[in-house]
Amino acid sequence: MSTSSVSVLDRARTRVLAEGQGLDQADILEVLRLPDEDIPAALQLAHEVRMRWCGPEVEVEGIVSLKTGGCPEDCHFCSQSGLFSSPVRSVWLDIPSLVKAAEQTAATGASEFCIVAAVRGPDAKLMQQMRDGVKAIKEAVDINVAASLGMLSQEQVDDLVDMGVHRYNHNLETCRSYFPNVVTTHSWEERWSTLKMVRDSGMEVCCGGIIGLGETLEQRAEFAAQLAELEPDEVPLNFLNPRPGTPLGDQPVMDPKDALRAIAAFRLALPRTILRYAGGREITLGDLGTREGLLGGINAVIVGNYLTTLGRPATSDLELLAELKMPVKALSATL
Amino acid sequence: METTYCDRCGEPGGGAAHDGCRAARELEPPRFCAHCRRRMKVQVVPAGWTATCVEHGTLTGH
Repeated sequence: MSTSSVSVLDRARTRVLAEGQGLDQADILEVLRLPDEDIPAALQLAHEVRMRWCGPEVEVEGIVSLKTGGCPEDCHFCSQSGLFSSPVRSVWLDIPSLVKAAEQTAATGASEFCIVAAVRGPDAKLMQQMRDGVKAIKEAVDINVAASLGMLSQEQVDDLVDMGVHRYNHNLETCRSYFPNVVTTHSWEERWSTLKMVRDSGMEVCCGGIIGLGETLEQRAEFAAQLAELEPDEVPLNFLNPRPGTPLGDQPVMDPKDALRAIAAFRLALPRTILRYAGGREITLGDLGTREGLLGGINAVIVGNYLTTLGRPATSDLELLAELKMPVKALSATL
Repeated sequence: METTYCDRCGEPGGGAAHDGCRAARELEPPRFCAHCRRRMKVQVVPAGWTATCVEHGTLTGH
């Protein structure tokens, strides 16, 4: 182990593991710069931190797209923008299919079901679909309903609370300094504003982003530190899966070692949060990556497919959790 | 029915030129109708997907 890494991991052992406080931005950057031979030690420490401050349970979630494609925004990684030549067409999911997806998700033992729409923010039609959909799900399935509908007004935040949506996802995607390279149709600050409203409403805050958008390691550390400042209940960690037709379609898939460094670094920055493996883990880390992540600080997974791409079969993840003796977090534990 | 187009990129199908598309399709639903090249309406849900061509019908998968 190198001298500098002994130093940062030692500091993390005291500050993060013993005291439950996240690393600061400078130390996050040091973790992101660890030499290859120190990655196992960083992941082991991140795992200890997760076990100490979050416990062995793993939160399982399914996600579904209520409204796919045709988005007016230009998030450069996203195949659902209507501004790019992506092959993804606009399509709406009907309420019976939404309920069926929630039932299938609950059947895996998942406690979370997140309804997502590719929009700048919800219009009246989408809010009515949400109202009808959440009501139908709650009548049919015992599962927590989360939502991800873009930027919200205060009235829409209040409406979602009234519907019984318990968690709201709105990713910052990347750090403040790099955001204009990724999105030009709205600002990082607009996203932050929605997140503050969600926090103040009492809904749980889910906010993460995508690693491997072309940001520097310094910017990756900046992002982790900014998330820590927000103190989200959940951080979904995506790795870029370059989508054809998008501005980042030719961006290389990130180095799996850098992905593992990022997992360790984000856990050491956010010792008490739900850190969820989200999109891109299969293409970046392969099947073995799921195991390494779950033993390196991750304590939540999205099972099954994503919004426009496919994931591992839910059974593969559930069998792995059983093998690792990591119990699926029960719905009762989240209420 | 003859398959003519790559269902991932929509270009004329077959051959080594689409090895990358075939590999990518393991983690993606089809986007183009292989018979007529129309962009299909694709709905992905946690346990599967459907892809519908207005002319050639609906495909399903997991």
